[in-house]
Amino acid sequence: MASNEMKLLGAWPSPFVLRARIALNIKSVEYEFMEENVLVTKSDLLLKSNPVYKKIPVLIHGERPICESLIIVQYVDEVWASGPAILPSDPYDRAVARFWAVYLDDKWFPSLTAILMSDGEEAKKTALEQAIQGLDLLEEAFTKCSKGQNFFGGDKIGYLDIALGSFLGWVRVIQIMANVSLIDESKTPNLFKWAQDFSGHDAVKDVLPETDKLVEFSKFLVAKVKGSGTK
Amino acid sequence: MAEELKVFRTWSSPFGFRIVHALKIKGLEYETILEDLSNKSDLLLKYNPIYKKIPVLVHNGKPICESLVILEYIDETWKQCPLLPQHPYDKAMARFWAKFGDDKIFPPIRSALFSQGKEQEEGVATAVGNLKFIEELLKGKKFFGGDTIGYLDLAFGWMANLISILEEIVDMKLVDAETFPLLSAWMSNFSADPVIKDCWPPRDKMVERFKGFRGPHLKKVA
Repeated sequence: MASNEMKLLGAWPSPFVLRARIALNIKSVEYEFMEENVLVTKSDLLLKSNPVYKKIPVLIHGERPICESLIIVQYVDEVWASGPAILPSDPYDRAVARFWAVYLDDKWFPSLTAILMSDGEEAKKTALEQAIQGLDLLEEAFTKCSKGQNFFGGDKIGYLDIALGSFLGWVRVIQIMANVSLIDESKTPNLFKWAQDFSGHDAVKDVLPETDKLVEFSKFLVAKVKGSGTK
Repeated sequence: MAEELKVFRTWSSPFGFRIVHALKIKGLEYETILEDLSNKSDLLLKYNPIYKKIPVLVHNGKPICESLVILEYIDETWKQCPLLPQHPYDKAMARFWAKFGDDKIFPPIRSALFSQGKEQEEGVATAVGNLKFIEELLKGKKFFGGDTIGYLDLAFGWMANLISILEEIVDMKLVDAETFPLLSAWMSNFSADPVIKDCWPPRDKMVERFKGFRGPHLKKVA
């Protein structure tokens, strides 16, 4: 493989893979997308490229693999530094964006998936409350980060937009499947508008999975997870 | 304007030491606020309302939370003695392994401290398995950062101090020099570094402290 060839190992339903795709699109980087059917089997290339976690996404740049979605996004931002910036330029703004991205992965996304995956109404209710609380915090963070503009990154999509926006497909799925309102026009008006702007953005719209396809996939996923007795 | 730097931490927290080490490497003056986590200060709750945890770095009144985020902030704000590598690929690797340490090494070791019997054995086995990846990283190097201490050394720094303390408390070996020659050498080199060695609290106090953390968890099981 040539030293500048790009491959992305991924799967269409994965929000983490979506982060990498959006970052590459922002920088107009051409890459080969290799669809992994991770629920069935993992390719030799995936196992070789990510021996530690055996998970997607993996970005392979030349011969070198880069793993973990947020690390991939930062890598893309730093390698294609002449393209539109993904992380803010100010160190404090960068720290704020990084803080929220860690929060999303460590605290918020687990509560989001628990709405679908946990057993019993009590557990689902708790997960829903936690997810909504998180969105209230993000609504407030949006006001501070956006500085009056359309995105967390200001007038253009940035790191935190990608980190949160990648979950929008799943947010819509959970709203449908659990019959709940998460990003609510009256309760989180900024996030509601932001979600529409993000979804329609050029770097996002062609890679964001269609909601009805994701709903079908989620039914399959829930059945598989619950059927096998594993979480 | 004169820089005002405050570090909110506890006297024993390994995550707090990451910040202290970074600031010392950069030659920065700062004020320490030691917290009692059973009685958190109003300031800590104001500066870290989401997690209510230490460490927090406050720079000219602005708080930064999460120790690895703080390390990158320090490195990007003060350019002397760079902590992260220059090349994006090397940066990505440093970030990857730092996160691996926090997600896959610290938790099983913590679990081994807080348990006994089979659960403890499993914690130790998981930690030892994952430490083998770290041993590989040190091939041909004195520090994870190369010739000098860098971001990944600071991320792993807690091991140089805490592992032998925890081994004493639970009476089990985690890092022996035969299985982990490079990691053992690194732990000595890191701890002996002039910037690092004066930062560690007295060992007997640390042993007592972590024994104190272990006790209530064992009582819960009994």
